[in-house]
Amino acid sequence: MTMKDAIASFVHDGDTVSLEGFTHLIPTAAGHEIIRQGRRNLTVVRMTADIVVDQLLAGGCVTKLVSSFVGNSSAGSLGELRRRIEHADPEPLAFEEYSHYGMICRYLAGAQRLPFHPLRSYAGSDLPSVNPGIRKVTSPYPGADGEPEQIYVVPPVNPDVTIIHAQRADRSGNTQVWGLTGVQAEAVYAAKKAVVVVEEIVEDEVVRSDPNRTVIPSHAVHAVVACPRGAHPSFAQGYYDRDNAFYRAWSHISKDPARLREWMAEWVYGTRDHAEYVAKQGEEFWAGLAVGEAMSLPVNYGRRL
Amino acid sequence: MTATTTATSSELLSVVASRELAGKRTVFAGIGLPTLAASLAHLTVAPTLEIVYESGVCGAHPSHLPETIADAVLITGAEAVLSMATLFGSVLQGGHIDVGFLGAAQIDRHGNLNSSVIGDWDRPTVRLPGSGGAMEVMANSSEVFVVMRRHDPRSFMAELDFCTSPGPDRALADGITPRGAGVTRVITDLGILARAGAGEELQLVAVHPGVTVDQVRAATGWDLRTADEVGTVEPPTAAELGLLREDVDPGRVYLR
Repeated sequence: MTMKDAIASFVHDGDTVSLEGFTHLIPTAAGHEIIRQGRRNLTVVRMTADIVVDQLLAGGCVTKLVSSFVGNSSAGSLGELRRRIEHADPEPLAFEEYSHYGMICRYLAGAQRLPFHPLRSYAGSDLPSVNPGIRKVTSPYPGADGEPEQIYVVPPVNPDVTIIHAQRADRSGNTQVWGLTGVQAEAVYAAKKAVVVVEEIVEDEVVRSDPNRTVIPSHAVHAVVACPRGAHPSFAQGYYDRDNAFYRAWSHISKDPARLREWMAEWVYGTRDHAEYVAKQGEEFWAGLAVGEAMSLPVNYGRRL
Repeated sequence: MTATTTATSSELLSVVASRELAGKRTVFAGIGLPTLAASLAHLTVAPTLEIVYESGVCGAHPSHLPETIADAVLITGAEAVLSMATLFGSVLQGGHIDVGFLGAAQIDRHGNLNSSVIGDWDRPTVRLPGSGGAMEVMANSSEVFVVMRRHDPRSFMAELDFCTSPGPDRALADGITPRGAGVTRVITDLGILARAGAGEELQLVAVHPGVTVDQVRAATGWDLRTADEVGTVEPPTAAELGLLREDVDPGRVYLR
């Protein structure tokens, strides 16, 4: 499926959309296509709301954000997000704040269709006072000291669609990821529909030669989109490196609304699709992010004699 | 070699923090000063130290100094790469981390931390990144070290604007017994504050050479207690600085 068709089919105005990828394999190209197609009133669910979220905000796509970290990694700030939250400029942003493990537990509860998930976080934090979704319950079992034990719980999240980026998949959607695997499998299983964007679609034999590397089987995937370099400016282990210079630049681009509009006009609205965005960057640029080989040694799965 | 033995602020904080890791087995560290401190400790006081990164990497053997917790060089050649659910659930909440390193915009006398907002949460003056995994690091590490580049009353506050990551006193007041001791060391550009755990306030235990106790008290937003004997931090040695500059961060990525 093309990215254009996948976004048109699976992302609708008002949807709850999860975009996952913990610093690695961030589905940026999918975010850009959501902006091009002018989606509105989305609730975006993402542990580390970073550049792609700032861009979706700048595209006017998002009314609510559910997240545990709202920053430009360690490279600085997200200008549009800060204007929305600090000054309601150009409009307010509803924000549901969690911690990382709180978000993970929401995906786990969502994936397993549980009513809530307990965790040993939030005790004494001010976060439950600003987020009524975080609640304290009494465990039905006694604690280690034999006394009743209290624990915080978080609610499940079941996005209308989860979009992730991966290194490769076969045509039916068996998805293989290596390096940082993050929370992608849980986010996919939590969702009603899932779109997997990959660097390359490979033959079935490639996937089946190493089934343990499949983190998401095809039964959980509704569309596979081939989109090389679709995780830029984040990285794809073994394919291309992180564009650290762009992360640093984003703090300056997003700080100035006029400069941000220009960037969006040139790189998102000004490109028809991600292939055009890639071509516009130029071969020399991509050569700067190229990585060398560090092959894993094969393992022997064995076969019956 | 003509390297000066005068340490920069980053070098000073890294060296002092590294010494505090003596004898520790596992440390949960973000990129920047915590990584420098942990890497230096690995070469000096804690040769068996294992650094666990928030991205899920354990036992990294990077070919280059990582620029982020998720730098590809941390993954290639690592001993293990874990999913987020395993890292936060089984490793951190499961109690496998001795020392967690955290930073914060604000800290109070009990080592509670704010990394969410300056001002009101609803309409903040400054929206900060938030918890990330800091709350989990605080709740589940045996103890937490905090590195603060600037010791001043805007960061060392009597009342936090917002408590993101609570120490054990606040957890107990909320009816929940925490696993760890919370913040036990705060390393700043003026000296070292310490506390043993629940029920204790941070107190000044050492100052850097040339810094006075009054100076630290004036830079702290509450009435800072001081140890019976406030020591003087031993300046970084030539050997420590040499390792830091030549082996740990030769490109001076973080040693600004």
